[in-house]
Amino acid sequence: MDINDLVTRAEALAETSGQSLSTISRKVLNDGKGLARLKDGGQCTMKTFDTAMATLARLETKHAVDSSLNLTHLQRLEAESIHIMREVAAQCENPVMLYSVGKDSSVMLHLAEKAFFPSRPPFPLMHVDTTWKFKEMIEFRDRRAAEVGMDLIVHINQDGVADNVGPFSHGSAVHTDVMKTQGLKQALDKYRFDAAFGGARRDEEKSRAKERIFSFRNENHRWDAKNQRPELWNIYNTRVQKGQSMRVFPMSNWTELDIWQYIYKENIQIPDLYLSKKRPVVERDGVLILVDDDRLPLRDGEVPMEKMVRFRTLGCYPLTGAVESEAATLPDVIQEMLLTTTSERQGRVIDSDAGASMEQKKEEGYF
Amino acid sequence: MSHLDDLISEDIIAYLDAQENKSFLRFITCGSVDDGKSTLIGRLLYDSKLIYEDQLAAIEKDSKKSGTQGDKVDLALLVDGLAAEREQGITIDVAYRFFSTDKRKFIVADTPGHEQYTRNMATGASTADVAILLIDCRYGVQVQTRRHAFIASLLGIKHVVCAINKMDLVDFDQKVYNDIEYEFREFSKDLGFSDITCIPMSALDGDNVTRGSERAEWYSGDHLLGYLENLDVDSADLDRPFRLPVQWVNRPNLDFRGFSGTVASGVINVGDEIMVVPSGKRSKVKSIVTYDGELDKAREDMAITLTLTDEIDISRGDVICKTDSPCEQADQFQAHVLWMTEKELFPGRQYIIKTANKSAAASITNIKHRVDVNDLSETAVKTLGLNEIGVCTIQTGAPFAFDPYRKNRNTGNFIIIDRASNETVGVGMLDFALRRAKNVHWQDLDVSKKVRAAQKHQKPVMLWFTGLSGSGKSTIANLVEKRLLDLGRHTYTLDGDNVRHGLNNDLGFTKADRIENIRRIAEVGKLMVDAGLITLTSFISPYAQERRMARELQGEGEFIEIFVDTPLEVAEARDVKGLYAKARAGEIKNFTGIDSEYQEPETAEIRINTVDMTADEAAETIVAYLTEHGYLEGAA
Ligand SMILES: Nc1nc2c(ncn2[C@@H]2O[C@H](COP(=O)(O)OP(=O)(O)OP(=O)(O)O)[C@@H](O)[C@H]2O)c(=O)[nH]1
Ligand SMILES: [Mg+2]
Repeated sequence: MDINDLVTRAEALAETSGQSLSTISRKVLNDGKGLARLKDGGQCTMKTFDTAMATLARLETKHAVDSSLNLTHLQRLEAESIHIMREVAAQCENPVMLYSVGKDSSVMLHLAEKAFFPSRPPFPLMHVDTTWKFKEMIEFRDRRAAEVGMDLIVHINQDGVADNVGPFSHGSAVHTDVMKTQGLKQALDKYRFDAAFGGARRDEEKSRAKERIFSFRNENHRWDAKNQRPELWNIYNTRVQKGQSMRVFPMSNWTELDIWQYIYKENIQIPDLYLSKKRPVVERDGVLILVDDDRLPLRDGEVPMEKMVRFRTLGCYPLTGAVESEAATLPDVIQEMLLTTTSERQGRVIDSDAGASMEQKKEEGYF
Repeated sequence: MSHLDDLISEDIIAYLDAQENKSFLRFITCGSVDDGKSTLIGRLLYDSKLIYEDQLAAIEKDSKKSGTQGDKVDLALLVDGLAAEREQGITIDVAYRFFSTDKRKFIVADTPGHEQYTRNMATGASTADVAILLIDCRYGVQVQTRRHAFIASLLGIKHVVCAINKMDLVDFDQKVYNDIEYEFREFSKDLGFSDITCIPMSALDGDNVTRGSERAEWYSGDHLLGYLENLDVDSADLDRPFRLPVQWVNRPNLDFRGFSGTVASGVINVGDEIMVVPSGKRSKVKSIVTYDGELDKAREDMAITLTLTDEIDISRGDVICKTDSPCEQADQFQAHVLWMTEKELFPGRQYIIKTANKSAAASITNIKHRVDVNDLSETAVKTLGLNEIGVCTIQTGAPFAFDPYRKNRNTGNFIIIDRASNETVGVGMLDFALRRAKNVHWQDLDVSKKVRAAQKHQKPVMLWFTGLSGSGKSTIANLVEKRLLDLGRHTYTLDGDNVRHGLNNDLGFTKADRIENIRRIAEVGKLMVDAGLITLTSFISPYAQERRMARELQGEGEFIEIFVDTPLEVAEARDVKGLYAKARAGEIKNFTGIDSEYQEPETAEIRINTVDMTADEAAETIVAYLTEHGYLEGAA
């Protein structure tokens, strides 16, 4: 009767399984304090000892099996996103996935491939192109859509094009509203999509933290923040009224770190712009702007210079500031991200106005 | 995100590995209005250094503008993200926030305290493992405290922290704390929590949030974050029965047919025998397919695709189980319902019920009682109003595969959807089935007359009404059908109106046509009986031979002849449709009783004398006959 062996093994199990010693004691000896007593030199009958050893062996095997089936945090997030995507595919008549070419879209596309494998995702991708995206983004977009084998809808607000709307002539606010927000509404109306996937996350912004995974918009694409449907468990009410539509955010519960970690672990393709290299930029109002094509009118005295830069978010190149960085690999980027003390969207000119701006934009139909 | 984790700068790869192995916990804050829920989350985020500089600067600015704490930072503003919330200083909807420590990752939902927004609290609670229930120590246990505790318990939350907050306002008086702890434990002793931990706290100042408190030196327990990091949440018990609610059938081409869904509980291995509920079909797992390659086994919470060794019919809404412990199925349930809309719940109204993978029409047939959140007492009520909780019986239009909610949080729950507005108007947790579909999943039955009848819980039979024109056949048949419908039976009536205009519109009233008319009706009626229906036919059917033919088409005991015996003089005197007058005037040829004969039945099972009996009494007599002869006794 090797009581020492019993106690040591029970302690080891407690350690590896994260259960307390008294929980294990309760299971093997029917007494939460039993193991502690034995450890302090207490005694027990041969019969008790034998049953305890047998139970302990069973718990050890079970723990070994269970832990081979352990799910990591990322695997849980992945499963949740897949569940949401399948629910939309099964319940909605005409869904679409909004693809904005950024890192979050890359993860969303990867999750869609997983969700329906070996089938192709049963919906098209759609990109609302403001015509001022980085050239690299457009190349990347077309290549990825072809590789995955999904239909790609590219929508450009032709009214905006006719009026020559652009960030330089009209300013960032008007440009974004016309080419992005209005363009998106046009596209959703044109194709009559009843559900549109978006890659937004709750950790991005304070009103996003309040938004449901299945988020409803009225016929004018407005979000009524104060009157959202209850959303319990993983049961999603996908029924829409005539004219209503849904935005679905399968990655609501992911954080920025989760996204990066997942990209790293799953080896997901993202545009090169996220990684640092020598690029031509000009410094304007304290922001580094990439000279992506000859549409960038250089101001007096502005001379493009080569700098090691990368982008923390991707949008329209005149509106997206580059950061100087030596981070040329993914782990470097993650490291840099973790060490910074300002939040991700800082680089975006559009979100830095005060207060409830994102909520307002959403109420006006911004995704 | 300045995790003070040295690994970030020293060895980022090792840091990422460490992240992957962290455990994970979801919790909520709840409790009455203004008890400090949002402040507590703000404090947790702030003290775990999860706030970016720019976010903090924004909050400091906002605190001056709309904060409630004078010059101090109002930490609630970190979570109250909607404009209306900041203006009013309250929480309206649940906020989801994320943070992690070296041991664990957390998703926290900050829920609103106002009664009006209870449904948002329930939204947050439905996915939580732990509820932190805040109590303002100046006011003690409030109605909302009780309501939230009760909802948390209904939703199956097992671990509760009772955070007795704002202790700074009572100088950390231990007696105040003890009294509240006693009151709360008394109230919640029947709520089924597996553990309740009480902590004296100041969310505002940070006492016992992420560090201990000198001001509460009499308290020896752990601070909140310590508790959350070390809590032993029964990590999914993988010994539970396997359930895969089928969400989507995966058919990329003719050679592949997979069933996709998220495993609701248990473990499945390649080669395991499975059974589909409700169909009862059986097969074996051929493969577990994922994008990352095939697996040998899969567990609870994984989103997978199964293929089977047999080509069996499975669709969305079915639940794949292992044969050793299939789930139940039923179409009548008792459930706890939380009502979430101003429009009251009325028994009898039609709604849509949706589980994780299936929707169907349903009605609440009865509200057994409402539960009073104050003392958990039961009151008989006719309706449920906003935020009220009741025990109800529910009838669904199709059978659901399910487990009782207390056994399985993933297969025992549903939401209630309003058919007109499509809003989610309530949620429910299944207690048990009121009427089980017997035997169905133990044998893989071929769909037969018997199975169809069993599904409808009745013995199909043909009620053949015969009698003169105007004798009262249709009136009585309609009354009988209504009675049967009230009794929950499935019926159909064939009569001149629905047959003559369609199926038989090529037939006239000659003898040959009359015979053909009856033959077709008998054949159609036979199909309906085969479909499991109680089928009523209401035709003059004047010839004995055709009635015999109709009888012989049906199986033993499935044909009941009902002679509606009204003498010609009486029928003619009534002449409801004026047909006798026309026939006498020679405007209608071959009219039964006038210039065409009616052969009175001699072996009718039921004879109705309409001179002595009202139509209601006649219907009563027929239903009584059916009851006595066992036609209405549940499954065949
Ligand atoms: N003195 C003191 N005040 C506190 C404490 N915790 C919160 N408060 C104050 O109590 C008020 C309400 O705090 P909130 O965090 O908004 O309360 P809540 O529970 O989230 O309110 P609802 O979500 O609207 O139900 C604010 O003015 C807080 O600053 C505390 O520990 N001590
Ligand atoms: Mg609050």
